[in-house]
Amino acid sequence: MYKLGIDVGGTNTDAVLIDENRNVIADIKCPTSGDIYDGILAALRTVLSVSGVDKRQIRQAMLGTTQCTNAIVERRNLAPIGILRLGAPATLGIPPMVDWSDDIRQICAGSAVIGGGFEYDGKELAPFDREAARAFFLEMKEKGVQSIAISSVFSTVRSDHEAEAAALCREVMGEDVHISVSSEIGSMGLIERENATILNAALWKVAQRFTEGFAQSLADEGITNAAVYLSQNDGTLMTMEHARRYPILTVACGPTNSIRGASYLSHLHNAIVIDVGGTTTDFGVIQNGFPRESSVAVTIGGVRTNFRMPDVVSIGLGGGSIVRLRPDGTVTVGPDSVGYEITKKALVFGGDVLTATDIAVRLGMYQLGDPSRVSHISEELARKALAAMRAMVEDAIDSMKVSSADMDVIRVGGGSIILPEQLAGAAQVIKPEHFGCANAIGSAISKVSGTFEQLINYDELPRDKALEQAKAQAVDLAVAAGAIRDTVEIIEAEDVPLAYYPGHTNRVKIKAAGDLAN
Amino acid sequence: MRKIGIPEIEDIATGAALLGAGGGGDPYVGKLVAMGAVRDCGPVTLLDPEEVPDDALVVPIAMMGAPTVLAEKAIGGREYQQLYDMVSRFFGKKIHAFMPIEAGGVNSMLPIAAAARLGLPLVDVDGMGRAFPELQMVTFTIGDISATPMALTDEKGNSVIFETITNKWTEELARAVTMSCGGSVSVSLYPMSGAQMKQYGVRGIVTRSQQLGAAIRTVKTAQDPEGHFLEFTGGYKLFKGKIADVLRETRAGFNFGRVLLEGIGACKGRTAAVEFQNENLTAEVDGNIVATVPDLICLVDTETFSPVTTDALKYGKRVLVVGLKCFEMWRCPAGIELVGPRYFGVDTDYIPLEERYKEVCQHV
Repeated sequence: MYKLGIDVGGTNTDAVLIDENRNVIADIKCPTSGDIYDGILAALRTVLSVSGVDKRQIRQAMLGTTQCTNAIVERRNLAPIGILRLGAPATLGIPPMVDWSDDIRQICAGSAVIGGGFEYDGKELAPFDREAARAFFLEMKEKGVQSIAISSVFSTVRSDHEAEAAALCREVMGEDVHISVSSEIGSMGLIERENATILNAALWKVAQRFTEGFAQSLADEGITNAAVYLSQNDGTLMTMEHARRYPILTVACGPTNSIRGASYLSHLHNAIVIDVGGTTTDFGVIQNGFPRESSVAVTIGGVRTNFRMPDVVSIGLGGGSIVRLRPDGTVTVGPDSVGYEITKKALVFGGDVLTATDIAVRLGMYQLGDPSRVSHISEELARKALAAMRAMVEDAIDSMKVSSADMDVIRVGGGSIILPEQLAGAAQVIKPEHFGCANAIGSAISKVSGTFEQLINYDELPRDKALEQAKAQAVDLAVAAGAIRDTVEIIEAEDVPLAYYPGHTNRVKIKAAGDLAN
Repeated sequence: MRKIGIPEIEDIATGAALLGAGGGGDPYVGKLVAMGAVRDCGPVTLLDPEEVPDDALVVPIAMMGAPTVLAEKAIGGREYQQLYDMVSRFFGKKIHAFMPIEAGGVNSMLPIAAAARLGLPLVDVDGMGRAFPELQMVTFTIGDISATPMALTDEKGNSVIFETITNKWTEELARAVTMSCGGSVSVSLYPMSGAQMKQYGVRGIVTRSQQLGAAIRTVKTAQDPEGHFLEFTGGYKLFKGKIADVLRETRAGFNFGRVLLEGIGACKGRTAAVEFQNENLTAEVDGNIVATVPDLICLVDTETFSPVTTDALKYGKRVLVVGLKCFEMWRCPAGIELVGPRYFGVDTDYIPLEERYKEVCQHV
């Protein structure tokens, strides 16, 4: 049995095949196409012909894609939606989308804030206003809206009203309506959760396109025995069905997959991962086998959400970064780059721009293109350029560390040939095999997870018991999502006391993840 | 007199969150409440304290409760009319203007929303010049101004106004009401005359917040962002480090804790610790206290220089610890008694930030 991992990036579509022991059988790169179908198809054909694997033996296929992120950032293909919030008379002071920019606000065909929602302790804030909800859904139906975002106050504590509203929505607008429910998408913080739910609702067409494109390309290539999955932000998988309902959960899977792929390829569970592209280099951290999450709220295309996202620092250094000698004798590298035109513009490829890649070739760090075209560059200049790159990378490594102890560093990505073998702050620098396709590999080896989050009063339920119960529930959620029970581990546990409550009310958040059942 | 619109709100929220000294809540929701009100009702008039008549009734507006609850329930929008009606009725006199009680992400914003919704002006003044955890910790206490009549209302429309015999009782009653109402309420307290406001208030705090916010927004464009940040805040750089651990505990409804830092950059090899009770109380470097309340101890992100509240402290985060001088009135004996280190159980005398810095910190 084989697993197929695909990563659709802005420039390249990568494909890898790994066997049941997780050995990489083949990895290839093809250019990404405008409609993702052709690019995936080409990548599939290539990886199958390179590996000679029997297609029927491919049992799992995983796709990682930035299609949703691009759609939000570029305001492209977003569907018109209706926004319903249950919380009145609370929350009326903040209408939905109040801080969104005008160009993306247009996706809202109508919004209403009506009675409903709960208090922090699960007490009803206001009864669910069924009639107002019905009127809103009828209005949206008349307008031809096909997607509705529903959120409710403290739905992370109790989601009953959201569920009631969703059922009513289906009743009024028909079974085909797309419904996004906030309690299934975001965490504490109504506005960020509602924002994420709105984006999710607006992405249904994009999701339909890429899930169908992926399924179609697999079918057309005769890969019919495979269970099909999508990668999510947190390095875990979801089913195609789930991805169609929750496309927003794919928005940061790119960096996540590359960090996890790097960890897998190097067999390291704690390390700094450097992913060098053509224009930028991303620095992430793998912590106990999972990407370290960002502690700040994440903004996507100007919209604030409260998703879990990997903590990634980007710097303007890549294989195509332009190298310049200044009049004062100093040498600068980047932040501008020849980007995807590197195969035309870099000196070693016959171009006339001195790039970071040319420096690596000049210093004999890597064999690429025509080395004679860089032999005229003085060693002094080349060394100065390398020193500049080294300083940028070492600074970034230091900024990612949580202690002064040296950490292992894994370098991946097509541009990683420009990095020196030794770096300050690094215990060792590892360049694993198949380093160019770390993200497709990360996608292929994703885990499945479950997250439990709730407010718990430790006076009513002692902390030990509360955490134990919460962990058991998180494990159950992971198993429900497809994980093998024996492999499920708690990967994150957090409890934050809430101020101003008598007693000891805490926000408890537990995440569990395990290997996907074969 | 000038107007406050949406762009000003952005900057005031950021600047006030910095002056929150770790507390005061996440400015995001507060900001949206103010923006929602200004979008609905138009910009707010900001008055200089001198523009307010001595006999005018000036009322601070704030929220009480957990910022996490506010982040779910936000504000209904009708609370301010209710507070206005209750307080006006109590005094038999119309409220002339609103004002903030503290600088902080949330409570700097809500008076703007109140002013916008009721078409009243806002005064450029508050009672702390920073944020503090307890109700009596305002300069008005030094001036013997009572916190009551205090009015509270929830978003559902429940409301109460009461008078108490001490501010301790005020705190107690207010907390009980807050809990019953679902964990967050809108309040007005310390109603006062224009004359009292001018005598004891921290003047120009809204403008200072706005200037700080604008400077943080553009700090990245400076040649030396860190140096620039210290210059425009008038801040003393106490430490730069990565958060190595955060110890938290809830006692009597407050967030107590201690954050441990390992030095980075020029502070490499050194350690620091910041104690907090909602707000940051003390900062130590290598075991020596370098700053205490009532001076402001602010943690900011080393890259964006945006303020980091105690709720958001998280292992691995890289922060700059900066000390800012407190409002002068806090340094008098009555001020130190109210909000000095000993009140918070820290066994040390208050020594002004700039003097401690001279002794211990100048090598950082």
